[in-house]
Amino acid sequence: MNVVRTVLSPRGAVFLLLVVLLVAVTILNPAFAEPGQIMRFVQRVAPIAIVAIGQFFVIIAGEFDLSQGSLITAQVIVAGNLVGQDDSRTLPVLALMVVFGILVGIVNGLVTTLAKVPSFIATLGMMLALLGGVMWWTGGAATGNPADSFRQIGRGGIRDLPLVDFLPWSVLILAAWLALGIWLTTRPLGKTLIAVGDNATAARYAGARDWWVTTRAFIISSLSATLAAVLLVGYAGVHPSVGRGYEFVAITAVVLGGVVLGGGRGWIVAAVAGAFVLEALFLLLNIAGVPASLRDAVQGVIIIAAVAYSGIALRARRRAAPPASPDQGKEPDAPAGASARMSASPAPAADGGTATGGD
Amino acid sequence: MKRLRVDASLIVLAILVLVVIIGAVLVATTGRSFFSPGNIRDILTGMSVLGLVAIGQTLVILGASLDLSVTYVMSLASLIAATTMAGNAGNIPWAVTLTLLVCAGIGLANGLIVTVLKVNGFIATLGVGLILQGVLNTNFQGSAGAVPWEFQVIGATGIGPVPISTVIMLALAVVVWLLLDRTRTGAHLFAVGGDPDVSRLSGLRTKPPLIVAHVLCSVFAGLAGLLLASRLGVGSPTVGQQGGYALLSIAAVVLGGTLLLGGRGSVWGTIGGVAIFAVVDNVMSVMQVNPFLKDVVRGVVIVAAVAVYSRRAIVRRRARFGPGGTRTGGDAAAVAAAPAMVAASAGLRAEAAHSPTPATPGAAGSASASNPGER
Repeated sequence: MNVVRTVLSPRGAVFLLLVVLLVAVTILNPAFAEPGQIMRFVQRVAPIAIVAIGQFFVIIAGEFDLSQGSLITAQVIVAGNLVGQDDSRTLPVLALMVVFGILVGIVNGLVTTLAKVPSFIATLGMMLALLGGVMWWTGGAATGNPADSFRQIGRGGIRDLPLVDFLPWSVLILAAWLALGIWLTTRPLGKTLIAVGDNATAARYAGARDWWVTTRAFIISSLSATLAAVLLVGYAGVHPSVGRGYEFVAITAVVLGGVVLGGGRGWIVAAVAGAFVLEALFLLLNIAGVPASLRDAVQGVIIIAAVAYSGIALRARRRAAPPASPDQGKEPDAPAGASARMSASPAPAADGGTATGGD
Repeated sequence: MKRLRVDASLIVLAILVLVVIIGAVLVATTGRSFFSPGNIRDILTGMSVLGLVAIGQTLVILGASLDLSVTYVMSLASLIAATTMAGNAGNIPWAVTLTLLVCAGIGLANGLIVTVLKVNGFIATLGVGLILQGVLNTNFQGSAGAVPWEFQVIGATGIGPVPISTVIMLALAVVVWLLLDRTRTGAHLFAVGGDPDVSRLSGLRTKPPLIVAHVLCSVFAGLAGLLLASRLGVGSPTVGQQGGYALLSIAAVVLGGTLLLGGRGSVWGTIGGVAIFAVVDNVMSVMQVNPFLKDVVRGVVIVAAVAVYSRRAIVRRRARFGPGGTRTGGDAAAVAAAPAMVAASAGLRAEAAHSPTPATPGAAGSASASNPGER
């Protein structure tokens, strides 16, 4: 009973949906169940899942990051133009891309927090500026494939393993990034982000430096986009359309994972599961022979249905919960004298405290 | 409310004037005149389509929702209109009616998904947009239909330097302004957008205003699609998406001082935001700026303009006391009570200072210890 409730709960619904989709794919194409095929599938999901991890941190803080897709495109073109056929440049360019990603995150974060521009607008501006800037720099044509050593990150892996035969690097990178993300959500940063997303004013009064916390969320998001770009260079090559629309895919994945837009609630593993659901959905539509023209429509219906379901389930559960905690009920019954004393005592106590401290 | 709205609109107007002055100077350096009738017509023409979309978007954003499906609605509207007209002027009334009805239906779907299913507006309209994209993909391979000359005139002619399309857009802005300022639905939309819980507890039905806003937003997107069809002469399945109207209209609305969280804003601010975009675009076109660099400038202008007043207008709350405030009459009592409060706290302080030092920590300790016990 408990298991059923967990699976049907908004948090578990995404996993249920994933299992249903994967079973459907396997029925239509039994070869999919082979470990090697599953590894290929995970490899294909990795960039979206990594971007979704970044978006997760921004969304639980109550913000949006619309610049991810443009940042991916920009980074892909930077890699294509700067690495060239020179293997020795791989590491310096990687470092440059990381620095560039951090810079974009800092600008997004500071414009949102210190200049008080809504993040929707701040990152929309960044999206236009990044894409336009990179295209202006390259003249609109992305040239050059980076050296093989660079592309190996996205397409290579460990070969000749016993069970799976081929373990792509991107799968390992996704696992590491997810582990890092889970660790971060248990750290003060993760907890503060959720507090800021739930109620920024209360978090600020509680002593959180909300501007710096939110800025760090944007940096994580930009770094995730950079990492996805490195994988995509190897996987998809260099092209100005790589990364287009990734921000919306990532937001959709995160919301499918039960994370609340507006912040304050969410689980990172479910967000990643949301990315898997989206990719499994694409795969299923592909295998089931749904005409390419209808895929968008089916995707739209399923997204709305999934989010509506999780919302309805969440409200039903709230309604089922006891109306109020016992403590709240007792509060008004306290004697009038007690409440008067409680409100009067802090000032003298504080004075006494400083006086004894002075002695 | 009045005071704040004037404030935000004034700042938008100031930014617009600043942009016009900078633009006029920049255009003058190339040896042309910014204020020539031809140039003014270009700017006003550039305003009309985005203006129509942004007026609708203003309504939805005031209700604390979003509409990302407008681009697809525009494409669909242009196709329905062009294929129904099929080059015959007699079909115009029926084609326009059909197009707007379909758009209203889409808006109704958006509104119901947002209010009844309680899906976040961002996701709901993103999903509806995907569905419309699928409809466009399956039914239309490319440009289709034909728009008769009588309908193309709307997009092509003007009164002096003012295009008819801009006149229509401004007339509709007046209608929406009256709706927001003078009708019950408008007031309820502000209330629901500001705080749905408070408005529900105040006895409003929170769903109808938001549904109306979504329906009107889609109808306005449909009007923009009709205008595009009249300019192009055909319907196109990609015309809305190419313009990026969804995000640009949201940017224009926010630029116009409307709060993205809903409940505060005005149509005239939005028109000002659209005008800023049109002037910036026009200046860059006249100066033959690289098209990619245009995007960079657009992005910077959006962020910078919003940053200028987001610190001033939006954070500031409506005055609660004094003229125009929400509280009247309560101030006198508060002022009268103030000396007594000061005296009481001074007395407490003196008492604490005079009591023997060791007793103070004890008293504080007993007070804090007694609190949990009495709970």
